[in-house]
Amino acid sequence: MTGRESAEGGQKPLLSLRNINMTFGGVKALKAVSFDVLPGEVHCLAGENGSGKSTLIKIITGVYRPQDGAVIDYDGQTYSHMSPVTAQNSGIQVIWQDLALFPEMSVAENIAFQTLLGRWPRFVNYNSMREKAIKALARLGVTLDVDRPLKDYAIAQRQIVAIARALVGEAKLVFMDEPTASLTQSETDHLLDIVRTLSASGVAVVFVSHRLAEVLEISSRLTVLRDGALVGVYPTAGMTQSRITELMTGKTFDQTVRARNVDANPVVLEVEGLSRPGQFEDISFAVRRGETLGITGLLGAGRTELALSLFGMLKPRSGTVKLQGKLVQFSSNRDAIAAGIAYLSEDRLSLGLIQPQSIADNLVIASLDRIKDGGLLSDVRKQELVARWIADLGVKIGQQGDAISTLSGGNQQRVAIAKWLATDPKLLILDAPTVGVDVGARAGIFDIVAKLADSGLAIILISDEVPEVYFNADRVLHMAQGRIVNQFTPSDCALRDIEAAVYA
Amino acid sequence: MRKVVQSHATEFALLAVIVIISLFLSIATDRFFSLGNAFDLLNTSSVNIIFAVGLLVVLIAGGIDISFAVAASVVQYVAALLLGWMGGGGWISGLLIAGALGVLLGAVNAFLIHKFRIISIVATIATFNIYFGLLMFFTRGVSIYNLPDWLTSRVILFEHEMADGSWVEITLPVLVMLICVVATWVFITRTTTGRQLYAFGDNPEGARRFGINIGAMQFIAFGWLGLMAGIGGLIQAHYAQEVVPNALYGRELDVLAAVVLGGARLGGGKGSVLGCVLGVLLISITQNGLNLAGVSPYAFKMIVGAIILVAITLSNTSIEKLLPFMRQEEGRK
Repeated sequence: MTGRESAEGGQKPLLSLRNINMTFGGVKALKAVSFDVLPGEVHCLAGENGSGKSTLIKIITGVYRPQDGAVIDYDGQTYSHMSPVTAQNSGIQVIWQDLALFPEMSVAENIAFQTLLGRWPRFVNYNSMREKAIKALARLGVTLDVDRPLKDYAIAQRQIVAIARALVGEAKLVFMDEPTASLTQSETDHLLDIVRTLSASGVAVVFVSHRLAEVLEISSRLTVLRDGALVGVYPTAGMTQSRITELMTGKTFDQTVRARNVDANPVVLEVEGLSRPGQFEDISFAVRRGETLGITGLLGAGRTELALSLFGMLKPRSGTVKLQGKLVQFSSNRDAIAAGIAYLSEDRLSLGLIQPQSIADNLVIASLDRIKDGGLLSDVRKQELVARWIADLGVKIGQQGDAISTLSGGNQQRVAIAKWLATDPKLLILDAPTVGVDVGARAGIFDIVAKLADSGLAIILISDEVPEVYFNADRVLHMAQGRIVNQFTPSDCALRDIEAAVYA
Repeated sequence: MRKVVQSHATEFALLAVIVIISLFLSIATDRFFSLGNAFDLLNTSSVNIIFAVGLLVVLIAGGIDISFAVAASVVQYVAALLLGWMGGGGWISGLLIAGALGVLLGAVNAFLIHKFRIISIVATIATFNIYFGLLMFFTRGVSIYNLPDWLTSRVILFEHEMADGSWVEITLPVLVMLICVVATWVFITRTTTGRQLYAFGDNPEGARRFGINIGAMQFIAFGWLGLMAGIGGLIQAHYAQEVVPNALYGRELDVLAAVVLGGARLGGGKGSVLGCVLGVLLISITQNGLNLAGVSPYAFKMIVGAIILVAITLSNTSIEKLLPFMRQEEGRK
């Protein structure tokens, strides 16, 4: 709470919150939080999952009503709480993490959606909607076919559509909740440029991101929350990633390169000239027992397609795959699982875990054969298996029967890893294992990965965050446009060498 | 042109299936390809099309309704009794009464779904049983044949004597159907409320965050279907010249199949009036053709089921897969 008035040089805040308290079912989600945003600034809101960031955003945008005593000063007016309509009408716009877009509707309708609102029915003016959409996109320096349905566009463009929508609403203050979570580096760079454009045109942006490098790059000030309480407000200049992590978690982490030499170990997987035209070409590499092989590259480099081919879900056109010296050809992922390959999907929320089902059911889904007793599934065996993995991986749960959706991102990811470990694999493929996982929890996940490697598991770690593979893998392959273009050994090179190659 | 085909893939696939079946029937039977038969098709399909455009609105809003056909039966019966009690009435009072009763029954569904958070399929299966049960209980299954004259006398809007001396005609149901189709089209594509319904069906949480009134959306969608069910019920009574309590029982599944065939998505956010009309026509044409070809009526359901499967498969397969040359053009882009 220090320096609130000092850093701004007397500039009057656009938004100023005081004494914000919020309780959900007896749990204090926000404790006497204050928060200021200056006109036209890029302000970062940092904190781990559950620290109260989303709750704070929902209070400012009127989705939640704070407890009595709250003061919200916005643009010269004082409110005790907001409503969604007041917030929108006075220029507060949110770009939600899930974007809240309408995939079946056209780009123009998505951008100019506000013109469709209002209590009484009116005739739709498609021409004015198109004009508004084109104008908003032009302000962002983007051209899209506004007549096409949004579902034709990829996530990066949808993000831009969501931002353009905020512009149509005459935004003065835009909240962006994890806007880069599913973007590649070049898309992220483009997005950050757009944020700078917005800020330069006088729109204040509150940026929420787990990627601290971006936070440092884009914002001028930083507010940190921890466990629903304000830690402090800091100028970004002079901050480092590790300092922010410390503030967010209250703990210190140090990152060291883990790479070891495992050349003496036997080869587990050997890939020769694997190709699937249009996705990857002529891929050859080997992974040894106890080795963690990192694969990095921009999104669309063919990493995930390669992984899916190894896992039997896509069919390569040519090339060979040998598992422990034996030539294998999978006709489905069931064969791959039986042969000892496990694949942790990049999209944990929709593909990796079945959200409404229990922790126990999610954990055993890939290894039902192991909990059979006399041909039928045995609850006792299930509980034993689940208890073992929960303990092994240090997953924090209430009851085995709780829905998986009640767990934090980091704990969900641990369950997802446990699910695959329960199949007793020889090779574990981790595809973007830290997407949507807090910084604090990330370290925990990589501790598990290191332990697994030490126990002899061969691991392929796929990530578009270069530091992740640099610090955690023994070797790093760089894929670009479907080919392996570089190989690095983290113990012999610097992080920036790999980054320079990947982002070149 | 390619853009139009791509954005209306379902409609074009349906049209293609209709053309193929029509060509086949024109060759296989001598009566199918005639103006008289085309008009017959229109006259007989009108009620189903009226139901279908109503159901379309509910599907777009992300709901489903099983009860509308028996609701239409209830409307028919109650409207016939009310009109008799009023001493006759006319088309205007008849349509007003039927429409209002339909909206009321639709609103009951919306109320249950919105107020008690019952999933629409469960809520409407319940009201389907309640409406039909009440109707059969109070009427004891007795039909009404003594309808007002204006309701039973045929209204011919267009007639023409063909060269062979037979008469072709277009009757009132076709006009009412056209009005319902155009009104629904205007409503869902040209009004803000209609677009809100699409948005609500497409992403309910997104719509809620924009402050769209979710309850209003349910009442509008089910109210519109209720209106169409009421009007369709009255028109069906006019067409059949009698009110039989269980005449429309089972119609809901035929209409639902036709609407889904027309590209509406169970789950919301997608569907067009044109697709819906083509869906009903495809099923009618198939039945009509089978009839003319002298196929046993017992085989109809089986063949219609097969046609639905084929058409759904075609419309779910991307246009590029069906027409390889379009893929090449796409690749050049």
